[in-house]
Amino acid sequence: MSVAATPRERLQAAAKERVLIFDGAFGTQIQERKLTEEDYAGDLGLNADQKGNNDILALTQPDVISDITRAYLDAGSDVISTNTFSANRISQADYAAEDQVAAINIASGKIARELATEYEAKDGRPRFIAGAIGPTNKTLSLSPDVEDPGFREIDFDELTAVYKEQAAALVEGGVDFILIETVFDTLNAKAGVMAVKQLETELGREVPVMISMTLTDLSGRNLSGHTVEAFWYAVRHANPVTIGLNCSFGADQLRPHVQVLSGIADTLLMAYPNAGLPNELGEYDEMPDTTAGLVKEWVDKGQVNILGGCCGSSPAHIEAMAKAVAGIDPRGVPSPEPAMRLSGLEAFTVST
Amino acid sequence: MTEQSTARFINVGERTNVTGSARFKKLIMADDYTAAVEVARQQVENGAQIIDVNMDEGLLDAEAAMTTFLKLIAAEPDIARVPVMVDSSKWDVIEAGLKCVSGKPIVNSISMKEGEEAFLEQARKCMAYGAAVVVMAFDTEGQADTKERKVEICKRAYDLLVGIGFPPEDIIFDANVFAVATGIEEHDRYGLDFIEAVREIKAQCPHAKTSGGLSNLSFSFRGNETVRRAMHSVFLYHAIPAGLDMAIVNAGQLDVYDTIDPVLRDACEDVILMRPVEGEDTATERLIALAESFKGKSKEDEKQEAEWRGWEVTRRLEHALVKGIDAHVVSDTEEARAALAASGGRPIEVIEGPLMDGMNVVGDLFGSGKMFLPQVVKSARVMKKAVAHLIPYIEEEKALLGGEDAKAKGTIIMATVKGDVHDIGKNIVGVVLQCNGYEVVDMGVMVPWQDILKTANDNNADMIGLSGLITPSLDEMVTVAEEMQRAEMTMPLLIGGATTSKVHTALKIDTNYDGPVIHVLDASRAVGVASKLLSDTQRDPFVGEVADEYTHVRDARAGKAEKQLMSIEEARANYYDAYLSDKPAPPAKPGVHVFDDWSLEDLREFIDWTPFFRAWELHGTYPKILDDEVVGESARSLKADADAMLDKIISEKWLTARGVAGFWPCARDGDDITVHRVRREEHVRLPMLRQQIKKSRDRANMCLADFIDPDGDWIGGFAVGIHGIEEHSARFQEDKDDYSDILLKALADRFAEAFAEALHQHTRKDLWGYAPGEQLTNQAMIKEEYRGIRPAPGYPACPDHSLKPILFELLEAEANVGLSLTESFAMWPTAAVSGFYFGHPESQYFGVAKIGRDQLEDYATRRGVDLATAERWLRPNL
Repeated sequence: MSVAATPRERLQAAAKERVLIFDGAFGTQIQERKLTEEDYAGDLGLNADQKGNNDILALTQPDVISDITRAYLDAGSDVISTNTFSANRISQADYAAEDQVAAINIASGKIARELATEYEAKDGRPRFIAGAIGPTNKTLSLSPDVEDPGFREIDFDELTAVYKEQAAALVEGGVDFILIETVFDTLNAKAGVMAVKQLETELGREVPVMISMTLTDLSGRNLSGHTVEAFWYAVRHANPVTIGLNCSFGADQLRPHVQVLSGIADTLLMAYPNAGLPNELGEYDEMPDTTAGLVKEWVDKGQVNILGGCCGSSPAHIEAMAKAVAGIDPRGVPSPEPAMRLSGLEAFTVST
Repeated sequence: MTEQSTARFINVGERTNVTGSARFKKLIMADDYTAAVEVARQQVENGAQIIDVNMDEGLLDAEAAMTTFLKLIAAEPDIARVPVMVDSSKWDVIEAGLKCVSGKPIVNSISMKEGEEAFLEQARKCMAYGAAVVVMAFDTEGQADTKERKVEICKRAYDLLVGIGFPPEDIIFDANVFAVATGIEEHDRYGLDFIEAVREIKAQCPHAKTSGGLSNLSFSFRGNETVRRAMHSVFLYHAIPAGLDMAIVNAGQLDVYDTIDPVLRDACEDVILMRPVEGEDTATERLIALAESFKGKSKEDEKQEAEWRGWEVTRRLEHALVKGIDAHVVSDTEEARAALAASGGRPIEVIEGPLMDGMNVVGDLFGSGKMFLPQVVKSARVMKKAVAHLIPYIEEEKALLGGEDAKAKGTIIMATVKGDVHDIGKNIVGVVLQCNGYEVVDMGVMVPWQDILKTANDNNADMIGLSGLITPSLDEMVTVAEEMQRAEMTMPLLIGGATTSKVHTALKIDTNYDGPVIHVLDASRAVGVASKLLSDTQRDPFVGEVADEYTHVRDARAGKAEKQLMSIEEARANYYDAYLSDKPAPPAKPGVHVFDDWSLEDLREFIDWTPFFRAWELHGTYPKILDDEVVGESARSLKADADAMLDKIISEKWLTARGVAGFWPCARDGDDITVHRVRREEHVRLPMLRQQIKKSRDRANMCLADFIDPDGDWIGGFAVGIHGIEEHSARFQEDKDDYSDILLKALADRFAEAFAEALHQHTRKDLWGYAPGEQLTNQAMIKEEYRGIRPAPGYPACPDHSLKPILFELLEAEANVGLSLTESFAMWPTAAVSGFYFGHPESQYFGVAKIGRDQLEDYATRRGVDLATAERWLRPNL
């Protein structure tokens, strides 16, 4: 491994060798620990109840976060994420914890960095950290008021500033990549890309992004209505180190859409579905071997480079996946002909 | 342009551009974004692959207009599916627009006008927003005019852009189209320079694209559309092979290269390509001289009129079909048949050969938006007459040889469902399908489902098309679908008609039938739908696509928060508090008044023409529609035909307008109006419905009863109908003249509406007499600038069609004026209007919209019917 290599180059090199493994869900793992309000709140002295604010645990219960991350590393993860899905100013406002945004992200980055270094030293295998940025609960493309379709709760510049604050703190904490995940609104993702580009200008160096879309219906569109192909063309200017799909439904339902994306994306493909569909009680009960069996089909067909889990997945799921795909060749990155590829909700290619 | 070159050439829609469309500009200036969004929708529906949005108008806040419009169209999946071209000469407007576009758009445009630094700065931002970009051939010295400057600037811009990592495939060069034939010699090369520059730019700048705005080219010929269109078509014909990839253009305004008058085409080519010309005049002088003869078209038409009769017979037939001229079609068809017979051909070959060729031209022109519905229906008339002439010969041959019928593309059963009598739309669709080679079995109106299914099976049909205009027909369509399912049929079911919608089809019809169910928005879609359904390769993807769309509609519907309803008690408490002292005086002439034969001449003055044009799918307001740049020609020709027929209807007394109006004392009793029939000493109860949707603070929950005084008041009613169309309709059908048949029915509808308007005026001024001195123009009347309303049962303020029998009974309409009702409460004859008169000055139209279970139950009790019946009547409001 050359010292001068950038995180992007290192990830690309590792992904050439084999299918890499991402981590799984934090939420369900934290729930199992049955933490109390006092556990969550710690001694930060915030004015609102913190129970349920999983991201703040990086400050109040750092051991819980590091234990979960450690469990995923033990299960075989090559890429680990920070527990910062909601660590942005908009989501933290629900807990009156806006002032903690920078601290949460920096601390989360540091926890992950420490563990990555430890595990790399142990077995010499490179580990990578994805700083996770969630979509927030505001959307740039849709009006929350059906009577007034032109209304927006937030504008592009505001959301860009929110993302930039979080991304800057994650980078300060030591992450390798910014993972813009669970994208239900394509324009939100474009604001995320803009935020990282602004950050790159300020830092004077590349901050590679990973982008992951989530589908809200089985026909393969996200909430803002974009097809997988339209989405890829809308964010391709970010030159992401990975593009992919997460959350949505289980691996079974995600299959046709992974296939579409795999055929057109000239970058690494990362997919991390939920552990099946929730049962009547809203719980995920797909067994690790089932999930692993389903995602292995993608690997067999050469459709993915990085695999992991989203809602309902556990270290057991990750371990089962890692075992199931070991030794199978990873997806080769295609190189499509250059063409002007535009999109509305649907893709439109200007033929050459 | 020929078909092949358009296949890979991209038309960027320019209708949502305030600098390109006067109509769009007017809508935006008037803040009418709802209508502006419709412009975008139509543009996409008409095939625009990209839509250009431009708000550069001095009096507008372009930034605000751009963002508002882009956000609104983002909420419309039918529009937002195509990419947007964010178009402005101001960078701030472009950037504001980019912040609202979720897909990958095109920026139009940036240039080196302000120098290379500013240019690259804007290019970097385009990259950060993820946009492709149009680069104008412009630098600090100005716009590039010569080929050399165009190529030099574009190449320089290309190298700069690629140098900062801009993807070359995302660059589009606009090398400036300038006006030619201006009389200034230096301008002569502009057309050719552009075309040659395009070729060179494509060679020197790998992966880059080229574009151009066409309208500049023909600037010298403003006002002469024929010449402008010809120039644009000729220009594209030569620029596309040179490498032009897209143009901002109104696709409807391009002529097919091959159909341009050859003399004009040559003259345009001489000018654009700078071809050497013989004689003393320059190419420009020749074109200018020639252009004169194309001004005010009529002279040209006359010339052509004389000329085309001298052509060879197959060409004459094609011309007659495309132009819809039926004067000579029988003799021409006979000539073609005789010529074929002489050389051993068969009569069917006239249909399969020249006639179908001609109809294919019509179909293509219509399909690509270059021809409009009235013209197509006229073409169909010509076709039918020609076929009718040939049929005896074909039958004769069949009898001799036992030959086969001409193979139709497919068989379609068409019917207006049981209980409904409206058939204008259905007839139009039938004609359009027939024009395109489909066999149409038209079952007429009021067709029960048993007959539809049987006819479909007997004819081994490929699909069924159902039509209906009134709301109860929606239910009947559901029944047909259920029965098709029960009969285990699989053929596609097409749904059309004014009250039908994609949402109703997806929610109520599609869910009851496993075969494909497709809502066909208007006649122009019918052929596309039919051909896809009958195509081996396109059928499955199309059916799948529609099914997905309907699932989408259902999901969206399921997820949508229902509008909040208040309880009927709360709604009643928030009733409309009319100032009752203002109620009208008792009528000057109470009781029932019968008019056996209202003057048609008089009614002609009351006609509202806008809906007439809408019936023909020509959209726009009368009289402005006559000058519309797209449909104006078509509208003028249709209006001339309508006027000619009106003259005949009136002078030959084809139709009779019979109407009745009555006035009775009444009182409000809760949400009911009790009508007192004095002479019979009986009370008739008219239960009305009240709005239940939660209103913002000072808006009332309206009910028609609110305009009536509980302590005694007056109400009126009326019913009018136009009698006598059957005889003439039969005559037209006999004569294979669908065009005149549809025209007559549309005019009868207009007469009925005009009669309702005239009778209402007579009521206000004389019968009731509360506005004796009223002086209104026809326009003001159409805008309803008078006192009082005339709501009709089955329409928004009074949505229950089943009040019609009560109204008819009050008016004794059947006995008095020969108007009857079907079981679904449609009126017969079809051209008829009925309603109530309210005279209170505050009375106004409103929509009842959604009502709650509580009101439904209460209404059933008040109406004296069981819940299931009330539910059926009021389904659209539940």
